[in-house]
Amino acid sequence: MPDSVTDFDPTLIAFVCNWCTYTAADLAGTARLAYPQNVRLIRVMCTGMVDPQFVLKAFLEGADGVLISGCHPGDCHYINGNYKARRRVKLLRELLTHFSIAPQRLRLTWIGASDGIQFAEVMQRLVNDLKALGPQGVASEHASWRPQNRRLQRDAIGSGSEVIGRKP
Amino acid sequence: MKTTAYFSVEDNDYLSAFDSLGRRLLELALVDALLAPCYQAECDWVMPTLICDPEAVCGLDPLSPIYPLNGARHAARLSRTPPGGRVAAFMRPCEVRAFVELVKLKQGDPASLFIISADCLGAVENRTARTAGGRRDRSYTATFIQEALTSGDSGELEMLAPACKVCEHPTAEMADLTIGLLGVDLDNRLLVEARSEKGGALLNALALPSTEAPKDRSKAIEKLIRARTAARDAMFAATRAATGDLSRLADYLATCVNCYNCRVACPVCYCRTCVFTTDVFDHPSAQYLGWARRRGAIRMPTDTLFYHLTRLAHVSTACVGCGQCSNACPNEIPLMELFRTVALCTQTGFDYEAGRHLDEPPPLSTFAAEEFADVVGLGD
Repeated sequence: MPDSVTDFDPTLIAFVCNWCTYTAADLAGTARLAYPQNVRLIRVMCTGMVDPQFVLKAFLEGADGVLISGCHPGDCHYINGNYKARRRVKLLRELLTHFSIAPQRLRLTWIGASDGIQFAEVMQRLVNDLKALGPQGVASEHASWRPQNRRLQRDAIGSGSEVIGRKP
Repeated sequence: MKTTAYFSVEDNDYLSAFDSLGRRLLELALVDALLAPCYQAECDWVMPTLICDPEAVCGLDPLSPIYPLNGARHAARLSRTPPGGRVAAFMRPCEVRAFVELVKLKQGDPASLFIISADCLGAVENRTARTAGGRRDRSYTATFIQEALTSGDSGELEMLAPACKVCEHPTAEMADLTIGLLGVDLDNRLLVEARSEKGGALLNALALPSTEAPKDRSKAIEKLIRARTAARDAMFAATRAATGDLSRLADYLATCVNCYNCRVACPVCYCRTCVFTTDVFDHPSAQYLGWARRRGAIRMPTDTLFYHLTRLAHVSTACVGCGQCSNACPNEIPLMELFRTVALCTQTGFDYEAGRHLDEPPPLSTFAAEEFADVVGLGD
């Protein structure tokens, strides 16, 4: 359990496309490259199938950041899924901003199948960024409703102890 | 081609003139059917009614402040597949704009419709109309129109639905024909304006005497739009303050019982099966206890914030601000305010305005190879 804000261990949900970024993650693994364990990879067939509600659910369950990562423009296995994903990210960032969730918590990157090194670097960079941003626990669906949860959360953010709504 | 004409009003009764206009459209075989708000037999409440027989044209009241549902759904229902005839649909400006969105989402087709829309002075919520004293017949409409026109701007009318108090679209730009009320002397004529080629042809075929729009008309429209826009901006600021983060949003939605009436009433929420009514949200019983154990406590029903946020993500770019979500909410949650405020962010983000034009593709139905570079990568 972290004992100060600087030790805060963020949760990053990453929706990665089967053809590019997941393959890059695989490559990073076989090349024994180290990257932070904060990343929870969810393999999808294409970034174009990531519905905005997947991202909203991740934040409501207390994720500190969400990454959508797929093929470079022009390389999409399904021709144009990544272009659709880009529009959805644009939409979600507008939505997140309205509800005071820093738009930097939602990232979209293009990482090709051969970019294992870049994958590891991007994960490290994202986790560093999230550590700097701090916990996003207030957005949790369950935590938002109950005053005692909110109080605990405020205390938690203040003291840097465990944020309620997050698995230990 | 004439673009402005008038329809004579007998005995100062401009509301009955709609019956004459409708009957004439059918008798001259210019259309095969009318779709218009109409009093049902023995009932002082209007509902959209599909009329084919000129003899059955009775009790049309497109100006009634009663706005039981957004008729764009029915216009779409009548045109999604070839209807086998031409239909003149009387719709409010917000219904027209919702229909434009539905057409772009491939749920309807304007080809077989003539859209006729009167200047909208506003509407009242169902609960307001239901609890009003006296009969809600044409005299109710006449009193309402009188008060709305004399109050200078409709924003001052207390009875108006919240959506109408902040609506900056009193006229329907995308209609084929519009019926002018603002700045028009209603005692002896209805002003009819053609806004499309199709509308112009219909106007010619009706053989109505042409006229010029009264010179006060554009001024009256501008004045109303100015007042409504000011009210709208005040509403945006208040709603932003009330929903600016998820804790405040939870307070805002505290009374939501997940009935999903807002989704049913929403004209642009068009999915046949909504994910929130599928097995995805039919959680196993043990799941709830699991969540409650992990969190200490959970609100039942669950997924309330998730539902509203998902709907904001899915349809806010198509939101026309008709206010039917608020109208349908059993607990009177100000949903229209939330949707319009978020829709302002999402529509502006794509330089889009719902219902503005048929030629502008919905933001999430299109893309370009090079765009929105600012949302890609790790920079700010």
